[in-house]
Amino acid sequence: MGYLAYYSGTSVVLSVLTLVGLYYLLTDQGYRVDFGWFLEETSPYMWAYIGCSMAIALSVIGAAWGILVTGTSILGGGVQAPRIKTKNLVSIIFCEAVAIYGIILAIVMSNIVQKYPSDADDDVIAANYAAGYKLFGAGLTVGFSNLFSGLAVGVVGSGAALADAANPRLFVKILIVEIFASAIGLFGVIVGILQVSNAKMGEAAGSG
Amino acid sequence: MESLTFNIDNGYLEGLVRGFKCGILKRDDYTNLVQCETLEDLKLHLQSTDYSNFLANEPSPLQVSTIDDKLKEKMVIEFQHMRNHAVEPLSTFLDYITYSYMIDNIILLITGTLHQRSISELITKCHPLGSFEQMEAIHVASTPAELYNAVLVDTPLAPYFIDCISEQDLDEMNIEIIRNTLYKAYIEDFYKFCEETGGATADVMCEALSFEADRRAFIITINSFGTELTKDDRAKLYPRCGRLHPDGLAALARADDYEQVRAVSEYYAEYKLLFEGSGTNPGEKTLEDKFFEYEVKLMVNGFMQQFHYGVFYAYVKLKEQECRNIIWIAECVAQQHRTKIDSYIPIF
Repeated sequence: MGYLAYYSGTSVVLSVLTLVGLYYLLTDQGYRVDFGWFLEETSPYMWAYIGCSMAIALSVIGAAWGILVTGTSILGGGVQAPRIKTKNLVSIIFCEAVAIYGIILAIVMSNIVQKYPSDADDDVIAANYAAGYKLFGAGLTVGFSNLFSGLAVGVVGSGAALADAANPRLFVKILIVEIFASAIGLFGVIVGILQVSNAKMGEAAGSG
Repeated sequence: MESLTFNIDNGYLEGLVRGFKCGILKRDDYTNLVQCETLEDLKLHLQSTDYSNFLANEPSPLQVSTIDDKLKEKMVIEFQHMRNHAVEPLSTFLDYITYSYMIDNIILLITGTLHQRSISELITKCHPLGSFEQMEAIHVASTPAELYNAVLVDTPLAPYFIDCISEQDLDEMNIEIIRNTLYKAYIEDFYKFCEETGGATADVMCEALSFEADRRAFIITINSFGTELTKDDRAKLYPRCGRLHPDGLAALARADDYEQVRAVSEYYAEYKLLFEGSGTNPGEKTLEDKFFEYEVKLMVNGFMQQFHYGVFYAYVKLKEQECRNIIWIAECVAQQHRTKIDSYIPIF
């Protein structure tokens, strides 16, 4: 039943889009499907703030999901093996770090956004638009890489807690796997910082 | 994606059951137990394991049946704790596990009533995991139809009873047929449920349940030699969710002696190994023991995957095997008959 709904929904949407596209194409109105107009008309503030919200929101989703997966396993395993409680908080801290990366970048991004006059020179306007796109891209970069990093740390942390409860010598080895999982979130942050490093908005954006 | 959503509802319970699994006795513990001279020694050695003081309040001299009851009680308390904390679909899964005990209890009560035993004595012998409200009312039934209408229609076993309802009186032969028909319907239903759940649960549980189905088919066949059970009736009792369905079951239905059953097992690699090593000579393991060993191996493998319900089933089965092991050792110790004391099946 689920498959039927999924396939019928997808096919309806795709056929509507195809028919609309063909209509424009065949009635010589192709020029009306204008992506350039869309990009010029939308404000760079929209792109910048979507980027900013994606950075923090997706990072927090990743961290929260990771904490929930790990935390329940630590609680369950800690009943019969109470010694795992304190050591396994390290997994929770790794998940939390992912949210911190997101908030750092969101703060950096929101500080970059400035007002610019609509009658400014072309290169000022261009620089502002460019900054909007850069912040959007950086936000998605950081958001998604932290989301998946948080999930990975969570699942591995759950396994680490249960393995530690069974055999204490395993914990340090599995921690190494978690460090690698956490590193991919860091990669996202580094690339995000590079992307926003020369994004400038405001009146002075065009120069320098 | 099961790994991402499983822990929302079931993470705590999985951690808990793995903690219980770590408390299952290991080979060193069994070596200690085997060296005990008396049951008091056994109790002392069990105190240093996960069982701690479970026999503390029992009056001495200790009886093997008391140890049996207390071992079961500990497992039942743990299981009930998990069942109370479970939500759907884990709660349905745990209920399915209890149905096999319910079937055993019903048959025990009916058999006991046939032999004119008092109902209160029988209730104490029932397995606590399989208790249900109408247990006391079983003695009023004298035909399967009455049994169904009076007792079973309100229990979860009602849909399994459809094939058994008849107006014949309950007697020895019919009771065994009822037991096997109920069990067949139950195991096929459980198999379907696990298949629908999918993922690692289906992997672990479908393998375990198909082995259980095939094991029942073999045991029914072997036990029916020399009884009045016709081949057609026998064929109706085989559960169809195992590897033997359909060809092996058809061959088993035609089998007349043990050698033909062994010949059927030759077609299936795992079962061939089980039949090969077994026999009734001293020094060889019996077929039942080989089946238990294989089951233990499957259950231990069930713990190798995370984020599935099979760990709960595996835990119950392994605790049962542990109970059987400890009681075997206790009996050997109590009767001072130590030649076969090493015939327990080590788990970890």
